[in-house]
Amino acid sequence: MARAVVTMPAQAKRGEIVEIKTLAQHPMETGFRRTQTGELIPRDIIRRFTCTYNGVEVYRADLHPAIAANPLISFTTVASESGALTFQWTGDNSYTVTEIAPIRVE
Amino acid sequence: MSRETRAIQDDDTTNPGMLWVLDGEALWNRKAGTADRACAACHGDARTSMKGVAARYPAFDAALGRPVNLEQRINFCRTGRQKAPPLAFESRELLALTAYVARQSRDLPINIAIDARNKPFLDAGSEAFHRRQGQLNLACSQCHDDNWGKRLAGSLIPQAHPTGYPLYRLEWQGLGSLERRLRNCLIGIRAEPHAYGAPEFVDLELYLMWRANGMKVETPAVRP
Repeated sequence: MARAVVTMPAQAKRGEIVEIKTLAQHPMETGFRRTQTGELIPRDIIRRFTCTYNGVEVYRADLHPAIAANPLISFTTVASESGALTFQWTGDNSYTVTEIAPIRVE
Repeated sequence: MSRETRAIQDDDTTNPGMLWVLDGEALWNRKAGTADRACAACHGDARTSMKGVAARYPAFDAALGRPVNLEQRINFCRTGRQKAPPLAFESRELLALTAYVARQSRDLPINIAIDARNKPFLDAGSEAFHRRQGQLNLACSQCHDDNWGKRLAGSLIPQAHPTGYPLYRLEWQGLGSLERRLRNCLIGIRAEPHAYGAPEFVDLELYLMWRANGMKVETPAVRP
C-alpha cells in the first residue's frame, strides 16, 4: 500500500499564498540498521519530492536517510492561475506515487 | 506529550496515524474470505455503526466467557462471519482496521461498564497492575500511580491511560497496539512479556481502560 495525502485549498484568490501539506506513507528505511541476526537491512527511502503547478516546478526536495518515516512536507505557493498541481514522490525500489490536486483561482 | 506532538495529533492532515485509518477504511469495504463479504456488508457505514464501540472495549464475550479486545473482536468476525483467516497481531491490516474502527469513537468518553461477569477479570487486571514483577521487581503502579509526572531517563512518566490506541509512536515510526506498548514496559522491567492476545494482557487492558473511564478517546493518537 503506497498512499499519499495532499491537503490544500480547492480555491483561492489570484495572488494569494496557499499552504500545501503532503503526507506520504513510506517506512524510510535508512540502510544503516541491522536485523537481529546481523544482516544489513537495505536502504529504502524516498529520494525526491517535486510539485509542479500547471507544468512549472514550484517546489522540490531531496530526501536523505534519517528523515522520519511517513514524511510530512509542508510548503506554500502563490495561486496564479486555475489548473492543477501535480505532486510526485520517487524513491528506492522504483517507488513512485503521483497525486494531482485541482485549484480554482478567481 | 509536548505541544508539538499534540499539534501533529490534533490535525488530521499532519497526523501520520490517519494513513492507517484510510487503509482501514479501504479494508472495511473490501470483500474477504470464502463468505465473500466485507465488514460493510453487515455493519454498513462505520461512521454510524462503529461510533462509540472502541470506548467500550475490552468487552465481555459471552461465547468465550471472558473479555476480548478490539483486535480479537475483529478477528472473530473475520473467522466467524467472513470465513477468512485471522489477521496476525500487529500486522498492518489489523492495525489499520482497528484504527479505523476506533477512530469513529474519537472525542467520546471511555465507558467500560463493570458487572458480575467481567468483575473477576477486572480484579485480575488490577492485581497484575499492582504486582511487583520482573528482575527489577517493579509493579506498574510504582511508576504510573506513585511517580507519574517525574522523569525516567528523560521521558515523562505518564499516568498510563490508554486513550489513543492503536497510536502512532514516533519511537516506533509507525502505528502500534496497546499490547505492543505493554510488552515494551514488561521488557523494560526485565519481565517475561506475554504473547499477543494473551488473557493476562486483555485483563490488564480491561483494568487500564476502566481506570481511564470518562477520558476521551484520541485514536489515532501520536506519542513520543
